[in-house]
Amino acid sequence: MAERIDVSIEHRHDPGPEANGKPPANTCPSCGSHYRDDELDRTLRVCPQCGHHFPVHARARIGQLADEGSFTEEASGLRSKDPLDFFDLRPYTERIAEAELATGLGDAMVIGSGAIGGYDCELAVMDFGFMGGSMGSVVGEKFARACESAAERGVPLVTVTASGGARMQEGILSLMQLPKTVCAVADLHDAGRPMVTVMAHPTTAGVLASFATLGDMTVAEPGALLAFTGPRVVQQTTREKLPDDFGLAESNYRFGHLDAIVPRLELRAYVTRVLMLFDGR
Amino acid sequence: MAAEDEIRLRERLSKLRSLPLLRGARISGELSKLQRQLDRIGAPLDEDEIWRSVKLARHEERPYALDYIDRICDDFVEIHGDRARADDLALVAGLARFEGRTVIVIGQQKGRDIAERTRRNFGMAYPEGYRKAMRAMTLAERHGFPLLTFVDTPGAYPGVAAEQHGQGGAIAASQAIMARLSVPIVSTIIGEGGSGGAIAIALADRVLMQENALYSVISPEGCAAILWRDANEAPKAAAALRPDARHCLELGVIDGIVEEPPGGAHTDHEASARLLARALSAALGDLEGIPGDQLRRRRRERFRRIGVFTEALTPSAAPS
Repeated sequence: MAERIDVSIEHRHDPGPEANGKPPANTCPSCGSHYRDDELDRTLRVCPQCGHHFPVHARARIGQLADEGSFTEEASGLRSKDPLDFFDLRPYTERIAEAELATGLGDAMVIGSGAIGGYDCELAVMDFGFMGGSMGSVVGEKFARACESAAERGVPLVTVTASGGARMQEGILSLMQLPKTVCAVADLHDAGRPMVTVMAHPTTAGVLASFATLGDMTVAEPGALLAFTGPRVVQQTTREKLPDDFGLAESNYRFGHLDAIVPRLELRAYVTRVLMLFDGR
Repeated sequence: MAAEDEIRLRERLSKLRSLPLLRGARISGELSKLQRQLDRIGAPLDEDEIWRSVKLARHEERPYALDYIDRICDDFVEIHGDRARADDLALVAGLARFEGRTVIVIGQQKGRDIAERTRRNFGMAYPEGYRKAMRAMTLAERHGFPLLTFVDTPGAYPGVAAEQHGQGGAIAASQAIMARLSVPIVSTIIGEGGSGGAIAIALADRVLMQENALYSVISPEGCAAILWRDANEAPKAAAALRPDARHCLELGVIDGIVEEPPGGAHTDHEASARLLARALSAALGDLEGIPGDQLRRRRRERFRRIGVFTEALTPSAAPS
């Protein structure tokens, strides 16, 4: 109760939009409440007022899911090479450097070994903050290595996705990361190991159309957009009237594309149960 | 710049020479094909030339999947429906006779006139289309028939119903089946190889591409709209994306380029089909006699290797 009162006080001290016109990062886009970082971190970045799920960076996500001190990162030295010398309004290398500075990550996925609820597993976690979580050569390679590492150690793979799709700046090589990750999952399954997919907001296009949907269990966070084509492009291309819940986790669940919608505060317990069940032969 | 192209191709040649085990018994055929293509290489394509090839790939007189199937196969019996919801006419599949043996063919099909274009949904399949393709793949596996796929789509259909029926999941599942098949698979990009909609039927042992075809992660228009914030910058986006056959070959994404008649495939459907049949025959010949589990392993290794990155030794990876 005390927290709710705090929140409404903060609400009255609306800081207004930042200089770039966007609402501040800690303002809930759904109910307008404002929070300090530490307040949001306490609730795993879920709005205590309305339950809106704020984005979570890869390392924070690993902190939320994995047992304390259990995570050892792998393949952290992988970096993109700009194979096409891609240049749109700015060079790709500049965008990469900027993303690296902003996130402290080498690319849009972090992989490594760890444990969840006492069950050893491999983790492959995406970060939407790094160029929209886009999948290029490095993300594809990291995901493939995560599958190999899980198969070698005989443990399940837990993957958390958040991605706008394939990375345009690596052209056709990015499209090839779809079959590459699909083949990696096939190898993992041949080794008899399960993959549990957690889709966070948003999981779209190339990532949805490759490894993300191949999980033995596939769940999503509430309100996550999960679509091969996002609402704006569908609207522009087809001029169709979109349903209010177009592409959302809730709609995907209703149409049979998800096993469950799991609120973030219950996610660790849920994944632990699933890992326990897969473990129990 | 031509020298750089040459170096890249030569590097690929020497890589192939040093890794014969990864490419199978018929490695020499592969080598001579690359060598011939190296010989034909001229100056690299500039923006105008890449844009010309975009237009050729989308030319309305360009042969479509059924035009080729009719010409290169002796018989073709089409299958219909995904056994769940519908028959998606943007994707055709069936049993066919190719050079005296039964094969399964799958292709995206565009339409020639307004009525047929609408019926074929401009070659943009719904999940139902990919599920029909999966039926055909399963058929190939069950009876040991090689699989030939013909890719020609602007992309998977971006509509509300397509999303509700699981477009992303269908594209993934189709690739997952191809990763499991133990029969030879040859995929050819014959027109537009548009993103996820294309790769859904192109996880193959050999990936060929016609001279003027495109293979791209996003349409030049889509890329321009996002990165240039102006769809009219599509020619610039196309030049940056390099979706043409030669760049795809250099990047190791495709295994060979299929020649077209001078002026493009649309100028002579018969000649174009003969050239395609010859390439398919050679590719199937390369794969003949390789046991299924090896085919599957090499197919996965083929895609496992694609990607360009650097790797610095990290404290955890370095010997301490």
